[in-house]
Amino acid sequence: MIEVQNLRRCFGPVVAVDDISFTAEKGDVLGFLGPNGAGKSTAMKMLACFLAPDSGTAKVCGHDIIADPVAVRRCLGYLAENAPAYNEMTVAGFLGFVCDARQMTGKDRKQALDRIVSSCSIESVYHQTIETLSKGYRRRVGLAQALVHDPQVLILDEPTDGLDPNQKHEVRQLINQMAQDKCIVISTHILEEVEQVCNRTIIIARGKTLVDSTPAQLTEEHGCSLNEVFRRITTTKKTA
Amino acid sequence: MSGFLAVLKRELKGYFATPVAYVFLVIFLFAAGLWPFIQKFFEFRQADLRLFFSNLPVLFMVFIPAVSMRLWAEERKNGSIELLLTLPITVPQAVLGKFFSAWAFLGIALILTIPMPWVVVHLGDPDMGQIVTGYIGAFLMAGGFLAIGMFFSALTKNQVISFTLSFVACAVLVFADNPTTLDYLSSALSPAVASVAENLSFQMHFESIIRGVVEFKDIAYFVIIIAAWIYACTLILEERKAN
Repeated sequence: MIEVQNLRRCFGPVVAVDDISFTAEKGDVLGFLGPNGAGKSTAMKMLACFLAPDSGTAKVCGHDIIADPVAVRRCLGYLAENAPAYNEMTVAGFLGFVCDARQMTGKDRKQALDRIVSSCSIESVYHQTIETLSKGYRRRVGLAQALVHDPQVLILDEPTDGLDPNQKHEVRQLINQMAQDKCIVISTHILEEVEQVCNRTIIIARGKTLVDSTPAQLTEEHGCSLNEVFRRITTTKKTA
Repeated sequence: MSGFLAVLKRELKGYFATPVAYVFLVIFLFAAGLWPFIQKFFEFRQADLRLFFSNLPVLFMVFIPAVSMRLWAEERKNGSIELLLTLPITVPQAVLGKFFSAWAFLGIALILTIPMPWVVVHLGDPDMGQIVTGYIGAFLMAGGFLAIGMFFSALTKNQVISFTLSFVACAVLVFADNPTTLDYLSSALSPAVASVAENLSFQMHFESIIRGVVEFKDIAYFVIIIAAWIYACTLILEERKAN
């Protein structure tokens, strides 16, 4: 469902994403790992058609991100880093706007909203303005926004950042529930999360793919915890 | 609902969800209503709104950048531009949605000046045609200022910079047909330059509309100004939406 071919993007002299390629199929939960500034967010922004690549391309659900970005965005749910939203709107108004933009009307819309409000547990803040919400609720509203149209492909940039342990657990459960019939890409710093939810991991540093494997295989090969593996891979290859 | 309508609806609601609309409307209406009276509106004993309309370019020059400055700068500042442009909405749809909602909002502000024509109708027998063309001209001119302001808002994430740049750009276009400016241009450069400046100014085209003469060239001037600045705004956003 996601096919990335030689994606590359520079910001001035800095190469943020350098020739990344991978594919992901339905049922995959792909953990995108890397130190800060490795190019995770940049790669995700390109997949969500927010940032145009300098070269290379990608296909999401068969639509090319350069030739047909609107079709890509239609079948994709994207949660950006820090879960941006319109602060002065209420949660209800905000999700209503997202439904409008995704052209959801009538019964479908009502069902989708009911489903998403309960699965993200945001009933209690539904009529509050977003600026009054705590970080955890903001992120859940962002998640609700990304999930409301039941997309086939989900791209989540640090979905559990800033959540308390219970909320983290809930989000991971939500991801596990959806994993079977979707293709999910998540970026994270938390390696336990990768072990819990991902069936594949890609480790990138300085814009380059270092490893494309599964969490189980990685720990087996290196004979240590994923934390240790991550440190070994990202530090040794950097100095090399 | 298309992306355009979704953005239009959200933006228009946004004005009234925050104090922006109320503060703007009260101060704008106060200024637009008070000024003609300071200029001895009643003492002229003329049943027309020339005085009221002729103040609008200068009022718009200050007030419209205040409306337009946040259109894109705010989206950039709090990152919501990333949300907006990863929904299935194209850049032109988003730009037009924002433009038309702000333009509709300014239309509401103009409609609320209705007590001015009401007073004139009550006290005398004004030429209604002239008043109507005056309002149409004012609305078109507001669109021109707004398109310029929105362009500068797309350039930066800082609202102060956005306001200042659009204020200056609007001021140049308003005062381009000022006699002092024109004298200087024709003596320092050439009369041809002065004539170009005069023809490019908002004031000249607006003045001819409020005289009650609706000419194709004046309408076309505002339509072209609006279309060109909106187009420039979409180009800027396509190019550097993520920076």
